[in-house]
Amino acid sequence: MASAGSKTRTSPWQAWGISRSPWVYHLATGTCNNCDIELLDCLTPRYDLERFGIKLVGSPRHADVLMVTGMMNRKCLPRFIAVCRQVPKPYIIVALGACGANKGIFHDSYNTVGPVERVVREIMKEDTIVVNVPGCPPKPEAIILGVVKGLKLLQERRR
Amino acid sequence: MPSKIPIGPYHPLQEEPEHFILTIEGEQVVDVDVSIGYNHRGIEKLAESKTYDQVPFLVERICGICSMSHPLAFSLAVENCAGIEVPPRANYIRTILDEIRRLHSHLLWAGLAGHFLGYNTVWMWAWKYREPLLELSELLTGNRNHYGMIKVGGVRRDIPPEHYPLIRKALDELKPKLEMLYGAVLDDPVLRARLEGVGHLSREDAIRYGVLGPTARASGVDIDIRRDYPYGASDKVEWRVITSERGDLLARVEVRLLECFESIKLIEGCLEQMEPGPISADVPRKIPPGEGIGQVEAPRGECFHYVVANGTDKPERLKIRAPTYMNLPSFRATCLGETLSDVAIILAGIDPCYCCTERLVRIKDGRGERRLSFEDLLKLSWEKTARLRKEAKDGCVE
Ligand code: SF4
Repeated sequence: MASAGSKTRTSPWQAWGISRSPWVYHLATGTCNNCDIELLDCLTPRYDLERFGIKLVGSPRHADVLMVTGMMNRKCLPRFIAVCRQVPKPYIIVALGACGANKGIFHDSYNTVGPVERVVREIMKEDTIVVNVPGCPPKPEAIILGVVKGLKLLQERRR
Repeated sequence: MPSKIPIGPYHPLQEEPEHFILTIEGEQVVDVDVSIGYNHRGIEKLAESKTYDQVPFLVERICGICSMSHPLAFSLAVENCAGIEVPPRANYIRTILDEIRRLHSHLLWAGLAGHFLGYNTVWMWAWKYREPLLELSELLTGNRNHYGMIKVGGVRRDIPPEHYPLIRKALDELKPKLEMLYGAVLDDPVLRARLEGVGHLSREDAIRYGVLGPTARASGVDIDIRRDYPYGASDKVEWRVITSERGDLLARVEVRLLECFESIKLIEGCLEQMEPGPISADVPRKIPPGEGIGQVEAPRGECFHYVVANGTDKPERLKIRAPTYMNLPSFRATCLGETLSDVAIILAGIDPCYCCTERLVRIKDGRGERRLSFEDLLKLSWEKTARLRKEAKDGCVE
């Protein structure tokens, strides 16, 4: 489900800091909307992520977790990279849905530059933790599990 | 001195990326422009490489909110093209699922509208009431949001009779909550002040821009595909089209919330009338050459599919027009002259869905088959300037 590069280390303080109440910034890069509304659904009374301190924020500069949905449209790619540069490090990326994980049903589309993980590794050349949450759309439970797993991986990278 | 405010493409306002450029003078909006394309996935082209059995899955993923309308419109288009008769039970099941989807979509919009107005309570309420509908969908189809239920010639799964009471129970529980929500939204003086008279779209403008769905009905244009060009079982059950003459945001909220009750009526009527029988017709693997259209009243308006078949098992061409494509330009009528603080809710008032809208057109040279690239367009533009210059010079000489 998750894959971690190995190099960049986080300091214990940083890892502790973001493991408590991760703030999430949501970024859609060519979606069908469904992963996005399932993510919003996580915040509403049935699942209520805010009781764990997980919060959707309006600016990437406040975020610890980047939730990326969609199959990475060509027009979105430069914007995605620009957003990633603004997120305070360390951070984790959660690629939601079949689209985010492996382009899903849009695999053969002419307008995609590949799943999120490929973009991060090959185009941005970063070893940020990328968690792929499969499902079309993933259930809110799976989304929550994805975030938790990503944060655990970050803990393991501690110096 | 007007100034330009760029909003987006990533902004907390809407979950989809899109870019607005607002020109303002003081507090007043004098121009609005929108740039889309952040969601373009090339679905029309992809559809040409998939068989008639696979395309419904693909077009379902055009949009996650009205994921019933697109496969239904596609199936109707293919059935129209090949002259396939759908069994009555399949028609009832189609309408039931379509209406469950509409209920969910309208509640979702009501919640988001509350969020844009700063009433997060409305958001939380509406989305809480929406949750049982998603559970119902999961029970009936196996997934919360993308169903894969529609296929050309019928539906994939039957609704067993032991599920009827569960559907009825969910709807019965929803009704008082909807009434409460309706009352709460319409009686709240602050919400009224924010919505009444804001973002006004007159009947003439609605017709001029060709807006569709609840946006048109809230401006007094009495159109609804379910009544005008019935599909599924929508002509067998008693229900009415909701319209309002006022044309402001309050009317749009009202129309959408009242439509929820009509949807419940439709589902209950279908459950009553449904009789056992086959759920799918025999469909040839290869569709004979021809063309067909399919129209469905999606939660946001008319969703239109056009299919050209060429005798193989894959469509030759699929053209999709989603309702937001028609509703978007009406921003020019509704936003101009309003204050900046009202723009967020006006932009959300048509219930825009950019994922549905983003189709790509390549401009072909009218004289031949050659496709024009940007360089070609530039050359054409230069040629025109040179021609005009020459004309101007000639004119001077004379
Ligand atoms: S994974 Fe499925 S639900 Fe999510 S954006 Fe892609 S097509 Fe839509």
